[in-house]
Amino acid sequence: MLTFAEIKRSVLVSLWFMFLTFPIMVVRVNPIEEVVEWRWRNLIVIGAGSFALSFVWRYMMARKEAGLKRKEAGGEKAPLVRRIMDRPRLSRSIVGLVVAFVCVFPFLFSTYQVTIMSTALIYVMLGLGLNIVIGLAGLLDLGYVAFYAVGAYSYALLNFHFGVGFWIALPLGGLLGALFGVLLGFPVLRLRGDYLAIVTLGFGEIIRLILENWNEFSFGPSGIAGISRPGFFGIDMSLNTATIYVYFVLIGLVILTVFFVNRLQNSRIGRAWVALREDEIACQAMGIDKTKTKLTAFALGATWAGMAGVVFAAKTTFINPASFTFLESAIILSIVVLGGMGSIPGVILGALVLILLPEYLRAFSDYRMILFGATLVLMMVFRPQGLITGVRRVYRFQGDNGRNES
Amino acid sequence: MLKLIDVNTYYGNIQALKGIDIEVDEGEIICLIGANGAGKTTTLMSISGIVPPRQGEIFFMGRPIHEMDPDAIVGLGISQVPEGRRIFPLLTVAENLDMGAFLRNDKSEIKKDLAYIYDLFPILAERRHQAGGTLSGGEQQMLAISRALMARPRLLLLDEPSLGLAPMVVRRIFQIIEKINAENRTTIFLVEQNANLALKIAHRGYVMENGRITLADSAASLLSNEAVKKAYLGI
Repeated sequence: MLTFAEIKRSVLVSLWFMFLTFPIMVVRVNPIEEVVEWRWRNLIVIGAGSFALSFVWRYMMARKEAGLKRKEAGGEKAPLVRRIMDRPRLSRSIVGLVVAFVCVFPFLFSTYQVTIMSTALIYVMLGLGLNIVIGLAGLLDLGYVAFYAVGAYSYALLNFHFGVGFWIALPLGGLLGALFGVLLGFPVLRLRGDYLAIVTLGFGEIIRLILENWNEFSFGPSGIAGISRPGFFGIDMSLNTATIYVYFVLIGLVILTVFFVNRLQNSRIGRAWVALREDEIACQAMGIDKTKTKLTAFALGATWAGMAGVVFAAKTTFINPASFTFLESAIILSIVVLGGMGSIPGVILGALVLILLPEYLRAFSDYRMILFGATLVLMMVFRPQGLITGVRRVYRFQGDNGRNES
Repeated sequence: MLKLIDVNTYYGNIQALKGIDIEVDEGEIICLIGANGAGKTTTLMSISGIVPPRQGEIFFMGRPIHEMDPDAIVGLGISQVPEGRRIFPLLTVAENLDMGAFLRNDKSEIKKDLAYIYDLFPILAERRHQAGGTLSGGEQQMLAISRALMARPRLLLLDEPSLGLAPMVVRRIFQIIEKINAENRTTIFLVEQNANLALKIAHRGYVMENGRITLADSAASLLSNEAVKKAYLGI
């Protein structure tokens, strides 16, 4: 079905790309011999490449449109994950496999692999925490990393000054995160959408700048080193064992987070968040306290960030403000959006993909971040609802037979 | 039961209510009619505290409520069905109803009320696991009313329940409103554009124009009032 019009459009696309990339891909000034090199071969490669890719692009777009139409017609199949979950035996064996893999993982792979997996697990926690704020309550929080920093610094400083151990600092970090969540939440929660996003962005930067500049308090850009790793009844551990131990601590915390968020999602307060996202006036008419409900979401989200921060400080044993830049917030936000807002398995998958992918893409060195960016753009074009869609949107019709229950 | 004394409400600098006095007795159906932009919805918003009045007093069961937060007012037993239904489209019917009972903790009583509502609107029981947004307009209105009833209100504020519905459905909704009033002695404050139907089920009525109450009388005499007939009944 290659029509003339399509070929013409693709030719135009390739011409446009050749023109755009001409200065960087074709022209090269050689300053030593003082000559200009013209690399015409690159031009041909780009032309042919974009010509071919434009067809792929158009095919994908057509497929997406067909999918939308099918959805409107009601003939859409349930998503894969949903179908698996609906079959208890299959899903149980998959869960069993995952559990087994998670348990033997650190003993099969190198310390390097365990370390990056632990990092990814921290982001799973952060993603699930932010998912409460964004996915459930619909509050766009761009300064989430601030609470992460609060957690990390609270453990680092408590450990440095008073020798407080990891297991005591963990709940304390969570509490401090919640406290800061409430502190920030009070003045800003009357704002909505873009305005809230900008204020939280500013808050994130303020925390980072304070940590960077208040030398007496936070030791400035040089950070805090020599933070204790998590203890296990005072047993001395080698570096290798400690890494594995942190990994299992994180697995435990992730399971706790999943359990907690899952319970929260189906609780009354969880539904109040969803309701508040949909219609504030109706919520007020129902007697839902707008401020308190939003504040709870903010504080609970911040609690997980605080705890993740404590684990982060304990895992790396060194922190400085450079770990808490806006880029971190953006990555956590991407995890939630890419994985699927409001979906727990989605956020877990999103975190694993977004954190592990750049690590394994190291082979592509310079092109790593370009590939990463392209993945995000393509994701948002072809799957805006995320990798795994939230279960809430699933439509269930029971008809007459469900009438006499409850 | 409910008393508004010289209530003035503003949206920014625009004055929507210019000194409103309304009185509602227990067990009554009161209706408030008027043209577009007369301030009917604002009156309800002022009572429920979502747009608090800048001046004037509102008493409910003898308690001043004009400075209370919306959730406290709902807690006292005033529940509102907002204009345009405003159900939660992504929550299921059952979840929507549960949001109505947000402030209540008496599980067994909530269950009883739920059974009563499913009895009142059997269609909602059928569709309890369906997302609210997938209901038809009439069903959404039934859901909105039911959701407000789940708070077990003493005073039910209804904002334009006939908006955008077919005449058949409107009649059905009005029958239900009468039934709720008769069975539970729930006081009903009804805001309507459909003056004819509203005045037929109401005991007393108020007519609003440009933020002021211009007429107050029994529903029967408003129905036969020449000016009302001309302006709102189209006879």
